[in-house]
Amino acid sequence: MDAAFAILAALIVVSAAGAMFLRNLVHCALCLVATFGGLALVYLKLGAQFVGLVQILVYVGAVAILILFAILLTRSGEPAGQGRMAPGWPLGAGVAAAVFAVLAAAVSGSFVGTRSAGLVIEPAVVAIGHQLMTTYVLPLEVLALLLTAALIGAVIIAMKESK
Amino acid sequence: MDDGTFAHIAAIDPDQALVAFKHYLVGFAPEALQPLVSIVLTITPILLVFPLLFGLTTVIERKGLGRIQNRLGPNRVGLPFTRTRLFGFGQFIADGLKTLTKEDIVPRNADKIVHFLAPLALLVPVLLGFSVLPYGRNMVPIELDAGLLFFFAVGAGTELAVFMAGWSSRNKYSLLGAMRAIAQMLSYEIPLILSAVAVVMITGTLSTTRIVEAQLAGEGQWLANWHLFTPWGLAGFLLFLVAATAESNRSPFDIPEGESEIIAGYYIEYSGFKFALFFLGEYLGLFAMSGLAITLFLGGWAAPVSFLAFIPSWMWFFLKLFALIALFIWVRGTLPRLRMDQLMNFAWKFLLPLTLINLVNVALWHYLGGGWMGWVVCSLVIGVPYVWLGRALFAGRKLGPRTYRFAT
Repeated sequence: MDAAFAILAALIVVSAAGAMFLRNLVHCALCLVATFGGLALVYLKLGAQFVGLVQILVYVGAVAILILFAILLTRSGEPAGQGRMAPGWPLGAGVAAAVFAVLAAAVSGSFVGTRSAGLVIEPAVVAIGHQLMTTYVLPLEVLALLLTAALIGAVIIAMKESK
Repeated sequence: MDDGTFAHIAAIDPDQALVAFKHYLVGFAPEALQPLVSIVLTITPILLVFPLLFGLTTVIERKGLGRIQNRLGPNRVGLPFTRTRLFGFGQFIADGLKTLTKEDIVPRNADKIVHFLAPLALLVPVLLGFSVLPYGRNMVPIELDAGLLFFFAVGAGTELAVFMAGWSSRNKYSLLGAMRAIAQMLSYEIPLILSAVAVVMITGTLSTTRIVEAQLAGEGQWLANWHLFTPWGLAGFLLFLVAATAESNRSPFDIPEGESEIIAGYYIEYSGFKFALFFLGEYLGLFAMSGLAITLFLGGWAAPVSFLAFIPSWMWFFLKLFALIALFIWVRGTLPRLRMDQLMNFAWKFLLPLTLINLVNVALWHYLGGGWMGWVVCSLVIGVPYVWLGRALFAGRKLGPRTYRFAT
């Protein structure tokens, strides 16, 4: 573990904790953005340029704005007279722990841990593009269709009914 | 070049003089510090040149707008304690000193931390965008495989900064301005990226350096291979330029600021140097966008015709940058501001379909292999939808003189 990773890990953990514990929802969302950014930097540090940059483009650029708009449009101001913890927090903690256990088991059981470091495909972006256009072209098209359907669905929900 | 002498540097090609000078300076540092010194020597010129260019641009813009509006613009401030006026080009120094010494007022109800962080959150991503632009031959701060993706990725951070500024000020005009700005930036980001994708399709790379290299003149060619000189490139450049204008909140897309409607948008509650930082961020964003437009369509640092190649490559970059800045000032002085609904309609119903058609156009150009056949087909493929879309969107609208409902 080197210094850069330590700094990034601290950033991610602190901002994730902030996203959970801060009182103001907008502050929580901004902390979450810092977490997304920190994760992107970890990807970049691991040499996964494409994943890291897309993480910034999609999460910091779009998802964060979506979350902030959702907060602003649904409730105004800070919740009054509520504890820091939601009433059902032990249940939530249990679910989180279970998810972590499953992920940890899956990751430690996979070949990731045994693989030697320094496996970098050059240039990664070109390789990803080729794979998407050849091996994974059908999943890509299915995904595109699904997203288009979701988009049309959103437009239909938002559309005013004409009578 | 580590053992190069100064005379040696002066003797070499002016094109590479700056690069050689940097190597010469790095040579003085001890071995262990050389990477660090090299980084500092790369960053410092960017941090000096572009803010200085911002200062000059503010004066040029005010003078240019003044001329367009039949007045003189700033022409008084020159060197202090002398009668030298420098045609008013001392104005930006006076403005800078004024903003530095002004009181920094933070509204009582403002969210202090977010309010403080917002100008920085705007400036940092904008400055990061400069790190992948090739300013000349061998003059790119960082060589990234996915340089173009990096540019757009860091650019996405500016929307968040705008939100932070608008929300933390606790002012309804600020929030309105921020909402307008975000809606506009999100909408115009799509045509912006899609028109850049056209270039990626033809060059097959996301590296900004290799995109510029693909536009160099070949052996014995007098005209460079700029993407601007192809039908899809011309269309792409114009689409990119419109989207870039909107993305950097420039007139006629300055709805987020909208002085006559919402005072100054998301930075009403900013004063003193924080306001100057927003101003700086906005202009640096414009320069970065122009730099990217130059890289993608105007051949980067390449000379347009081969007999002008004796002018150093970095000079070409800055000449093109000045030309684009002049164009932006001209547009600002000429076109009135759009309305919010016009803005959205323009982005989604006009720009987006045209950028998508332009992608098809690139593929056609590639398979036809250029030539006059490519010119005819590609011009028709983009030209017919342009005319048709433009007419269809105007159909059934009365375009008479403007009527005012609420004012007489």
